[in-house]
Amino acid sequence: MKVEHKCKILEKTMLNDSAVSMVLEVGDMVKTSFKHPGQFVHVKCGDGLLLRRPISVCSCAVGSPSDTLRIVFEERGEGTKWLSNRPAGHPLDVMGLLGNGFPMKKEGRYLLVGGGIGVPPMLGCAQFPDQKATAILGFRSKEKVMLLDEFEAVCEKVLPATDDGSFGYHGFVDALVKQELEQDTHYDAVLACGPKPMLRNVAKVAEAFGVPCLVSMEERMGCGVGACLVCACDMNDGSRKHVCKDGPVFDAKEVDWNA
Amino acid sequence: MPNVDLQVNLAGMTMKNPVVVASGTFGFGREYGQFFDLSELGGICAKGLTLHRREGNPAPRIAETPMGILNSVGLQNPGVDAFIASELPFLRQYDVKVIANISGNTPEEYGIMCEKLADAGVDMIEVNISCPNVKAGGLAYGTRPELAAEVTKVAKAHAGSVPVMVKLSPNVTDITEIAKAVADAGADALSLINTLRGMRIDVMSNRPVLKMNTGGLSGPAVLPVAVRMVWEVANAVKLPILGMGGVSKGEDAVQLMLAGASAVAVGTALFADPYTPLTVRDGLAEIAHRKGLSAVSQLTGGVNPW
Repeated sequence: MKVEHKCKILEKTMLNDSAVSMVLEVGDMVKTSFKHPGQFVHVKCGDGLLLRRPISVCSCAVGSPSDTLRIVFEERGEGTKWLSNRPAGHPLDVMGLLGNGFPMKKEGRYLLVGGGIGVPPMLGCAQFPDQKATAILGFRSKEKVMLLDEFEAVCEKVLPATDDGSFGYHGFVDALVKQELEQDTHYDAVLACGPKPMLRNVAKVAEAFGVPCLVSMEERMGCGVGACLVCACDMNDGSRKHVCKDGPVFDAKEVDWNA
Repeated sequence: MPNVDLQVNLAGMTMKNPVVVASGTFGFGREYGQFFDLSELGGICAKGLTLHRREGNPAPRIAETPMGILNSVGLQNPGVDAFIASELPFLRQYDVKVIANISGNTPEEYGIMCEKLADAGVDMIEVNISCPNVKAGGLAYGTRPELAAEVTKVAKAHAGSVPVMVKLSPNVTDITEIAKAVADAGADALSLINTLRGMRIDVMSNRPVLKMNTGGLSGPAVLPVAVRMVWEVANAVKLPILGMGGVSKGEDAVQLMLAGASAVAVGTALFADPYTPLTVRDGLAEIAHRKGLSAVSQLTGGVNPW
């Protein structure tokens, strides 16, 4: 399996004042390495930086002559700054698709939970199943809200929340997850991506309602393929798994949330 | 490919080319085997093993630095028995020399591991006396000549006919002292350099980026240190040297060989480009050809100092 590709930026748009959306032309990458929604790509950000940057896939599609893949990211440091400054048409060195993603079933019914820059990967999850999903999306404030129309186009129900109450529900997403599960627990799983404290709280709520919960974890990464072992995730059984190869998606029950 | 003989010999172990991948950057080969045929390599230094399974240090374990990275993995590995049972048979499918890398808490542990690995039939044992990321043993053995010599003797006594290569730490005042001690104790080869201890601090949080506060520096930033140390060691002892530290292109490998290395290892550069070992091999051959050499082995020790 070849997992490195010379790709091209087809389209670049800003989703708010900080989130950059890029559609990439990726050859046969989706055809050859798509497993589930929630995988990531490892992007080389210029010649001066030694490490690639792992970025979650927002959505992807098999196509002809080339598959396409959309990433959404924020400028966090030198690497993502370099990337956000690349114009449409610019070539990119992308390794992917990496990791395992959310093991979703076409016939499954899912409660999707995204927080901040963890929202975009949930769009791919929303587009995947035949049954329409419910999405709970958290943002810091109204200015940070993104992708809402696209979620509404494919979901049964979309519940936005903001930390400051400037849009949607005033508060954190775990409160909305609780509200939703109080009315309806007929979900195959809660799938979540976002900051670790959010994931921990969502996992707690899901467990209280007896609904399986899968979370997408983030960690500083090296090789991206499971060889260098730097992206360790502490598990409940005392072992350390690796976000790039064993994850990024883990069963919330297996994660050591106190680490 | 230019018509240059790529074959080299490292302490009696013949490799089809001088490019090895460095321990800890290549796992047990399975992952990078997705990118290229592992038989293209001269050798593989497998991920560092300990007698028992280790989970390593908490994350974050990596930080990017100017032209380098810091890591603090802490020897996470499945243990020597699991390597022999599950990983060695995989590596044996390829036409490539397998170099097992071992770390012990005591000299006895080094001995036990050498015996197991020699029985299992690895091509060489790399004795790590220089890991900066573990508390017991590790670096302590690599910074004190008498301890380095003791570990070397025990390893040699238990490795049978398998050559023993000792991996040296750059975190010492005079690397030739350790090199001489290890050579006198019977080592068959030396590998250098391991990582240099370093630190990065997040200026907004005042926290070190690594959870262990400090870690080992590798990448292009350390290449000149590696070249200097290989040169010093080559002048001090007669043992063959596997040179490593910041190699990302053919020219880097040639520098290490001119300084005295018989073969070179590629590590950190893999993370940016998985094909680096192959481009290093081809670049090395190209330079040897341009220099009018018929074999890359003729590069070894060729430096003409002022």
